[in-house]
Amino acid sequence: MENGRSAFHGRSAFHGRSEFQEKTVIGPIQLYTHYISVIVRSKMQYKKSFFLYSLGMFLTSFCVFLSIYFMFQRFSQVKGFTYQEVLLCHAIVLMGFTLAEIYARGFDCFSGMVRSGEFDRILLRPRSALLQVLGSRFELGRVSRLLQAAVIFTYGICSSNIHWTLRKVFTVVCMLMGCCALFSGLFLIYAALSFFTLEGLEFMNIFTYGLNEHGKYPMGIYGNVILWITTFIVPFAPVQYYPLLYLLDRRQELYLSFLPLTSFLFLVPCYMLWRFGMKHYQSSGS
Amino acid sequence: MITMDNICKSYRIAKRNAGFAEACKSLFHREYEDISALKNISFTIHDGEMVGYIGPNGAGKSSTIKILSGILAPDSGRVLVDGRVLWDMGDVKCKPLIKQEKCSRIEHVRQIGVVFGQRSQLWWDVPVIDSFELLKDIYSISIPVYRENLEELTELLNLKELLRTPVRQLSLGQRMRCEIAASLLHSPRILFLDEPTIGLDAVSKIAVREFVNKLNMAHGTTVILTTHDMQDIEALTHRIILIGKGRILMDGDLETLKKGDASMDETLAELYKTYEI
Repeated sequence: MENGRSAFHGRSAFHGRSEFQEKTVIGPIQLYTHYISVIVRSKMQYKKSFFLYSLGMFLTSFCVFLSIYFMFQRFSQVKGFTYQEVLLCHAIVLMGFTLAEIYARGFDCFSGMVRSGEFDRILLRPRSALLQVLGSRFELGRVSRLLQAAVIFTYGICSSNIHWTLRKVFTVVCMLMGCCALFSGLFLIYAALSFFTLEGLEFMNIFTYGLNEHGKYPMGIYGNVILWITTFIVPFAPVQYYPLLYLLDRRQELYLSFLPLTSFLFLVPCYMLWRFGMKHYQSSGS
Repeated sequence: MITMDNICKSYRIAKRNAGFAEACKSLFHREYEDISALKNISFTIHDGEMVGYIGPNGAGKSSTIKILSGILAPDSGRVLVDGRVLWDMGDVKCKPLIKQEKCSRIEHVRQIGVVFGQRSQLWWDVPVIDSFELLKDIYSISIPVYRENLEELTELLNLKELLRTPVRQLSLGQRMRCEIAASLLHSPRILFLDEPTIGLDAVSKIAVREFVNKLNMAHGTTVILTTHDMQDIEALTHRIILIGKGRILMDGDLETLKKGDASMDETLAELYKTYEI
């Protein structure tokens, strides 16, 4: 151990160390992909479990699809929306929701992380807590549902008589991103609330799973009250209903294409709530 | 150097009596009780020192560790790390500072390592080396430093055979050695050990103690150790800080209190009795 000073390089010269580290900063994106790769490698340890889970996920959402299918066997349209149009709407929402669920699963499991003390470990590491929470979970099993959403999506696109233009493609991409951002925001609120209480958080599921469930139909069919709520309180209609109206040539305004991007603004208060929650956690310690 | 200056911390705990009716009542009106966990805790730990922080369960040990590691804010008082302010909640009893250089959580945790005997920090389903590689990226350790540290830790903790095993298949003793290595990869200057030998067999216990001694000698790492195992204390440190009911009861050398050839455990039990904790 006589030569110990020379080993543990950084230790002996503290100033040299910080210079050292500036040179090899690992960016957040790079770190995130490393996190995900470790999670994927972990998942691969349990192949059967992974397969069965994916199958289960596929079947649950397949039932939702069936319910729409049987519904339209009886009625040819719902409030002026045809089967194909509803399918398109359903596929976009399901895709955005599933994407959010895949990468933001850490928020969903966050109350457990607070309870088990895993979050303390996160605070002990020199990285943003948000990044580490995102990197702690990655729900690969939901990819099967994403696949299903993609199939319904393709079918919806092909069978609905939409005349595709560049602007409409752009609108669909915006809807997908907006949907994903909105659900991520809702999951983030769910996580932030775990800082204050660990019980009774299930009510948040009304917004996340509830919106996904009822978001398969355009928001307009539920009447004005629901439309108002989902426009101004939980901004879901701007990513789903209004741009859909444009896609189906019911309305023409230019802003409708960009409307879904407003859900990124929704992330700002969500993040502020998270920051506030973290402050509270640091001072209450529970 | 770490200085704790008049640190106080209290928790709010909701209280209710047993029974369903009481549970319903507590839905609307809750009674809280403020429990003070730390009362005016002050001490200084110098660089390269090894300190045993001991006390009965619920005395405030883990609260102190959390405050020192920057993840829990005290109610009042101040914590300085190398003259930089980690926490400053303002307190009349603290001496005014000449310069107020702040030390953020991220800056602070970069230079500390924490080992919890009861909790794992490794990724459960992947080989140990995968966890180490990820930690390398989390701490942005440069490749030469990482290699050198890994090599040294592998040799001292005898990890060679373990690195490629998934963590879930390691025995507790093997895992603890890996945990310790994981908290030292980024060459921290301060190491917190929270009951590092709990549940370990005699061989592993001795291995852990020997390693910590070597680490302290070779790199001058400051070690703050909480434990209930007095043999840990005997093997590692002379200075102990005894905490009970949120106050510091003793700060000094336990050896001097030893009567004749009483064991450390007996000496401590005697001490607990005198302070009625």
